[in-house]
Amino acid sequence: MLNKKPTKLLALPALLWLGALFVLPMLLIVMLSFWKRGTYGQVVYEFTANNYIRIVDPLYGQIFWDTFVVAILTTVLSILFGYPLSYYISRLERSKQQIWLLLVMIPFWINFLVRSYAWVIILRSQGVVNTILQSLGIISEPLPLLYNSGSVMLGMVYTLVPFMVLPIYVSLEQMDRRKLEAAYDLGATPWKAFWHVTLPMTKSGVVTGSILVFVSSIGMFVVPDVMGGAKSALMGNVIQNQFLSARDWPFGSALSIVLMLLSMLLILLFFKATKASEKKEGTA
Amino acid sequence: MKTIIHLDTIEKRFAEAVVVPPLSLTIEEGEFLTLLGPSGCGKTTLLRMIAGFEEPTSGDIFLDGKPLGHVPPYQRDMNMVFQQYALFPHMNVEQNILFGLKMKKVNAAEQKRRLEEVLQYVQLTELRKRTPKQLSGGQQQRVAIARAIINNPRVLLLDEPLGALDYQLRKSLQLELKNLQKNLGITFIYVTHDQEEAMAMSDRIAVMNKGRIEQIASPAEIYNTPQTLFVATFIGENNIFRQASTCTAVRPEKIKLYRTDEQPGKHRCKGKITDAVFLGNLRKVFIRLDGQDQVVMAHQYAGDGLDWQVDDLVAIGWSQADEVKLPC
Repeated sequence: MLNKKPTKLLALPALLWLGALFVLPMLLIVMLSFWKRGTYGQVVYEFTANNYIRIVDPLYGQIFWDTFVVAILTTVLSILFGYPLSYYISRLERSKQQIWLLLVMIPFWINFLVRSYAWVIILRSQGVVNTILQSLGIISEPLPLLYNSGSVMLGMVYTLVPFMVLPIYVSLEQMDRRKLEAAYDLGATPWKAFWHVTLPMTKSGVVTGSILVFVSSIGMFVVPDVMGGAKSALMGNVIQNQFLSARDWPFGSALSIVLMLLSMLLILLFFKATKASEKKEGTA
Repeated sequence: MKTIIHLDTIEKRFAEAVVVPPLSLTIEEGEFLTLLGPSGCGKTTLLRMIAGFEEPTSGDIFLDGKPLGHVPPYQRDMNMVFQQYALFPHMNVEQNILFGLKMKKVNAAEQKRRLEEVLQYVQLTELRKRTPKQLSGGQQQRVAIARAIINNPRVLLLDEPLGALDYQLRKSLQLELKNLQKNLGITFIYVTHDQEEAMAMSDRIAVMNKGRIEQIASPAEIYNTPQTLFVATFIGENNIFRQASTCTAVRPEKIKLYRTDEQPGKHRCKGKITDAVFLGNLRKVFIRLDGQDQVVMAHQYAGDGLDWQVDDLVAIGWSQADEVKLPC
């Protein structure tokens, strides 16, 4: 059997790795979410659905809502910034493309926390932007650039846009340019050719990038922590709190599970929507 | 005959490399013109300049007497059939074919009417809902042609449209394309490196070499009276005899072989047979001339009587009328 299909063996290391380090912890989280928290933060191995009942509360509802709004907006902004950039890069000469892709990826080489604090230095009241604007006399009072949902969004998009750029770039690169010439030849203006040919043909890149960005921004807690201040707590922060400060691991687990299920639901809807748009185009 | 396209001393350079040196060409309305040449001869560049995908470095192209200058491809009243068809993979056959009409905002009833007509014409009615991936090479080729002709273009540009198909299919599609062109009355500009294809389909052939048009004439003229050495050797098989500054070209089927003692008055040179290849309807006989490196090829058809063997000594002759004098 294995001799006939030796390729199966190639998947084994990854499967073992994921099995040990992903599936098992995942099961543990599911189990945790049905256990109780002891008085001193220890886990009491008794079944309860209480953790989930607690979540049904307008307070958490609001945080879930905020989290998804931020994640969706981050995804949309990443597409709006990422697609044109990918398009530009894919139209460059090979050697220049590599330089640009390197530039896109360079932030990954610098510690995430350091990068977030760099933004604090730029945006805070006595930060780079405010100091410059004040010394130029453009503003008299420092602008509130930090610790609001705008700054969180800025940080999120800044952090996640490479995850959008790379898959879109790949799909643009794979696209046969002659299809575009064919569209021009058949009377499509550059804009129409983009809309009817390039965009549909690179949709897989946009979908991949969107899922990467969306999922990453849902669980993000460093950016809202550092750049959002106390006001804008997202689900990532609440869960982090349950595990590290409140020491309520069962409740934190329940929140994680609900967050994960809701994300999966949204991604499913997203897939359905992109499929539907395909069909709609089919009947036109 | 009315001129439809005129290329006026157009030139194309990429960076410093001259791909097409200044060249003029007039194409008549309704004709089937083939640009024939080896790869890299500039024929595709020429076609792409006519389509508007490349801009001439200098000179201009006229369609119906109007200069095309910087007119983008989507405003030129011509359509192209691409080498690998360039069908849209995310659209089915119908949507691919309708793309041009949709872009031009032709009304729905008219779209439907023309779609049915064209689908009938290229026999794709049954396959209308399939995507390009679900079609064979020949079917994809039909879609590409349908997608172009539904727009009723003044000129149809074809860039090696049969290049990706196997020999048998190519043969039958050559005739179909020729008939299509006759029935529609559209001007065809056809690019190929396959001389047989060019011969079978064209009204006129422009033989290109290194960006230049070596000769432009009917297939028969190109074959029978080539004007340059390149044309003489590129089209069909030929024997070239060099004498000082002139070359004499004689087609292998015009070469007569004699026994050394037979009709000595008609002998032009002598040699020894090095090879004889049987090809069914003819025998290709190769003769190395005495005291020279040159090998002459002669076609012997069944019924010519003599059954030549390798190592036979023969004399070669041909009649004055069958030779073509060329500068070399």
